[in-house]
Amino acid sequence: MEKSINIKVKVWRQAGPKVKGMFETYELNNISTDASFLEMIDILNEQLVKEHKEPVAFDHDCREGICGMCSLYINGHPHGPDQEVTTCQLHMRKFHDGQVITIEPWRSRAFPIIKDLMVDRNAYDKIIQAGGYVSVNTGGIPDANAIPIPKPKADEAMDAASCIGCGACAAACKNGSAMLFVAAKVSQLALLPQGQVERAARAKAMVAKMDELGFGNCTNTGACAAECPKSVSLIHIARLNREYLGAKFKD
Amino acid sequence: MWLINSSIGRKFVMSITGLALVLFLLFHGTMNFVAILSPESYNAICHLLGANWYALVATVGLAVLVILHFTFASVLTWQNYKARGKERYSVSESYDEVSFASRNMFVLGVIIIGFMVLHLYNFWFKMQFVEIVHKMGGDFGDISLATDGAYYIRLLFANPVYCVLYLIWLGAIWYHLNHGVWSSLQTLGLSNSVWFKRIKCIGKVVATIVVLLFVSVVVYFGAEAIMNGTTAYVW
Ligand code: HEM
Ligand code: SF4
Ligand code: FES
Repeated sequence: MEKSINIKVKVWRQAGPKVKGMFETYELNNISTDASFLEMIDILNEQLVKEHKEPVAFDHDCREGICGMCSLYINGHPHGPDQEVTTCQLHMRKFHDGQVITIEPWRSRAFPIIKDLMVDRNAYDKIIQAGGYVSVNTGGIPDANAIPIPKPKADEAMDAASCIGCGACAAACKNGSAMLFVAAKVSQLALLPQGQVERAARAKAMVAKMDELGFGNCTNTGACAAECPKSVSLIHIARLNREYLGAKFKD
Repeated sequence: MWLINSSIGRKFVMSITGLALVLFLLFHGTMNFVAILSPESYNAICHLLGANWYALVATVGLAVLVILHFTFASVLTWQNYKARGKERYSVSESYDEVSFASRNMFVLGVIIIGFMVLHLYNFWFKMQFVEIVHKMGGDFGDISLATDGAYYIRLLFANPVYCVLYLIWLGAIWYHLNHGVWSSLQTLGLSNSVWFKRIKCIGKVVATIVVLLFVSVVVYFGAEAIMNGTTAYVW
């Protein structure tokens, strides 16, 4: 049943990376509870444009939970109060009439703010570039069933591969650690036959890159997995530790 | 050196030193428990572990473990604080999934170290230290009590204030290990979809056993003093 609510949003406004930011509060009336969170921000921006004010910059792309572009730390949770959804999949029905909604950007040293709610998540791309791939010689298309993979392994690899690189894990972590993301990427390839050739080198290179970029040390608090929109599990962090320690001890 | 320069390497050192300390506590706790069953046997162990070379080597080893664990913990905590960035969230909620202990490992550790200094003064300083000084020709007067651990235990816990202090200390250790034990196993990579829950459970059980061993001694001798009317405020 459609319903409308009146809300206040407290949004982090920051004109550029080096400028000092602050919160601005805006009132929004008659927001449909069927609207998505990002639609609510679109409405806010239309309102701001009409008032000749600068619209709020925020990241988004697919708006269906698969690209990992949307972010936002909403009322103390990355991707908002709902479980297992991205911000673009969050709906206004999760909020009530008269509520003040605080919207902040990801805060982590390795994710510097570009503008308002937009942060630079290139750090994750750099980690992928360091080793999150398999090298293959191009040639004829291989038969899909030529390489048998046990079902449990395929399932676990798929669970890891569901990571969309959104950055909520590092944003949620009190240590600013990117371990869940790196673990998902290393795990996914370590489980599959295609990933074996570069397995040890991958774990070492990706962890080295992660450390170099200034992410923190994981202390297994588990905030990442609690907030991950794709429910990537902490067991992948254990596998990453295994992969990394194994590779180092072999050296 | 990857044990210092990489995050997982540093975690590995935390994990190994932490686990070694847990093993020590298990031994220490079991040994103390003997004091309840038979003070004479306890003193025999104290005698065995006086200022002999093997006990001294073990003591130095323990000191190294604690220093390593503490140094790495400080570095880790400082790096993690910086990694969070300068600007903090204005609103952040806690989650059921994230335990109190896991958020406060360093603070708990500092509490543990603080009480440990007190503890060293209470026992080590009066026992092994006295023996060492004696062996080196120093004069401490009467050293007949240096291996009478049971005597010192009785004396200390006859003071209810010390009982409470030690119980607070043990509480901090319980919290620290509640997260620490499973976390160290996870750091070593010993977890998968089946073992994840089991390892968390093992961690809690180990933490509880360790702490209960010590708590029983405090409670037993504290209660004994109260019942015999021999409470005394000796510092
Ligand atoms: C009786 C003494 C202690 C024991 C048995 C002990 C045990 C442990 C264990 C098993 C871990 C888990 C390691 C891992 O996660 O890989 C740990 C972690 C940690 N300990 Fe201790 N510890 C002790 C004292 C201390 C002290 C004195 C400090 C210093 C402040 C400290 C600070 C930390 C920190 C910051 C962590 C990292 C948190 C984490 O990894 O989850 N601990 N400890
Ligand atoms: S592990 Fe989860 S929270 Fe982290 S980047 Fe991937 S999808 Fe986002
Ligand atoms: S916009 Fe693509 S996941 Fe949210």
